[in-house]
Amino acid sequence: MSGIGLIDGLRQTGSLAWRAIVQLKRNPWELGDYSFQPVLFLLLFVYIFGGAIAGSTDAYLTFMLPGIVVMNMMFVTVYVGHGLNTDLTSGYFDRLRALPVARWAPLAGRITADLVKQGWSIVLLLGLGWLMGFRMDNPIWGLAGMVVLVLIFALAFSWVSVLVGVVARDPEHVQLFGFTALFPITFVSNVFVPVETVPEWLQGVVMANPVSVLTDACRGLLLGGPWLGSALITLLWAAAITAVFAPLSVWALKRRLR
Amino acid sequence: MVESAIAATELVKHFGATRAVDGVSLSVAQGQVLGLLGPNGAGKTTTVRMLATLTAPDSGTARVGGFDIVDQAHQVRGLIGLTGQFASVDNRLTGFENLLLIARLLGQPRKKSRHIARTLLERFELADAADRPVQGYSGGMRRRLDLAASLVGNPRILFLDEPTTGLDPRARRQLWELIGERVAEGTTVLLTTQYLEEADALADDIMVIDHGRVIASGTPEALKRQIGTRTLEIRPASPDALAATAAIMTELAGIAPEQQGGRLSIPAGDPALLPALVRRLDQHGIAPAELQLRSASLDEVFLALTGQASTANDETLEDKR
Repeated sequence: MSGIGLIDGLRQTGSLAWRAIVQLKRNPWELGDYSFQPVLFLLLFVYIFGGAIAGSTDAYLTFMLPGIVVMNMMFVTVYVGHGLNTDLTSGYFDRLRALPVARWAPLAGRITADLVKQGWSIVLLLGLGWLMGFRMDNPIWGLAGMVVLVLIFALAFSWVSVLVGVVARDPEHVQLFGFTALFPITFVSNVFVPVETVPEWLQGVVMANPVSVLTDACRGLLLGGPWLGSALITLLWAAAITAVFAPLSVWALKRRLR
Repeated sequence: MVESAIAATELVKHFGATRAVDGVSLSVAQGQVLGLLGPNGAGKTTTVRMLATLTAPDSGTARVGGFDIVDQAHQVRGLIGLTGQFASVDNRLTGFENLLLIARLLGQPRKKSRHIARTLLERFELADAADRPVQGYSGGMRRRLDLAASLVGNPRILFLDEPTTGLDPRARRQLWELIGERVAEGTTVLLTTQYLEEADALADDIMVIDHGRVIASGTPEALKRQIGTRTLEIRPASPDALAATAAIMTELAGIAPEQQGGRLSIPAGDPALLPALVRRLDQHGIAPAELQLRSASLDEVFLALTGQASTANDETLEDKR
């Protein structure tokens, strides 16, 4: 019934991903979120709090860089829902759906573009970290493993953002909800501080948080600690999040488009 | 028999308890323009959304270009162009990028896509703004780009959902001309509008729709005749003669004429009124600068059909969609 082959669908996905990337040129705010905000965080935390938290800025940079990559990944996913909601409220989504285009292409295009943005922010953060003195202990496969793992989790977490994007009334609400939810999720983790330093009653939450698990895996992959266990748990989290939120998002989208 | 370009039978669509579209049937022959006329929330947009495969009807069937809108939605999408009520172009792309994207999505190769985009921008007088982001466009430019975007695939059937809502008269006329050019090339058009003038200017046939139902249909002329109102309008050459003219009209028609500027108008049900008026004016030595017997405007038609002014603007389900 759809009449669109996989190849055509993928090509359309490519065109729509191109569109989401070109949009960045006209929305410096969004680009700023991928770039200036994490850069600011990195500089502030390392040079202002680093000494107090880890004894030296170098030690803190080593500890925090993998975590801030994970944190930033979470924030970047908000733009999947933000962009989708913009298209839904403006009527642009209708224009796409009235074209003989694969039904999944608009969403796939958004998510593909998101992966490109994710890649950009990872490169930016690691590059700046390197300039600040960060050195990895593992060979290059560690870096590659980390990037793949972060992108897989980003892909899964995008579904949460898609759901918010479908349900929210306007793009501002997506942003608001995203940031309100993401600050506690990313801060109640081991991104900025070692688990042992938080109150005991909170340690369970911090350790169970997938952000912490992923951060553990990233630290291991870059710095040579254990990583396999936390990487596997991260993949389980990614699978679980997808299993819950992908069907829910599709259902909500169909409902909204009714 | 040639199959209609658009044929719908008893389309129904509910939103919760509201019957947004309540049994609409329509048919548009190849190359014809049908105007769906009605106030906000009448069910116009929902009807177009069903025909453009964006939403499935709860009951009823429709064929567009010979394809079923539900079972052959993909084939329908290959034939149609859609211009939405809200200019659905991407604000953050340039005009050129907007059209390029659509051409690419329709499977055109890169070079051909560029050519299509440039040609359309040229034709729609947007060439100068081609490489500027759409967010800086005026309302009229956005609508023109929106229309251009719906023409990228060279569609045989065009759905225009309130294409000029919110535009100033000049921009509206410009858009009408562009639509008229497509019609002259043989494109079938289904147009929704709240503007009676627009339906009158563009449509071969008009359907008046209210509360999800068709309440009248026919050619603009037939609709006006159906209501039966004709209006006699006169402007005396000298403003001094206004009072005397009004007195004569009152005497002949039995009711006082309406005065607007230097014009007097009066409902003219009786065909004998015009010659009688001319005779009397001549006797009194009053020369008319303008004298016409005209059909009722579509505004008057709408008022007579629905019992409410056509500018009804209460927010409804359709707008909140």
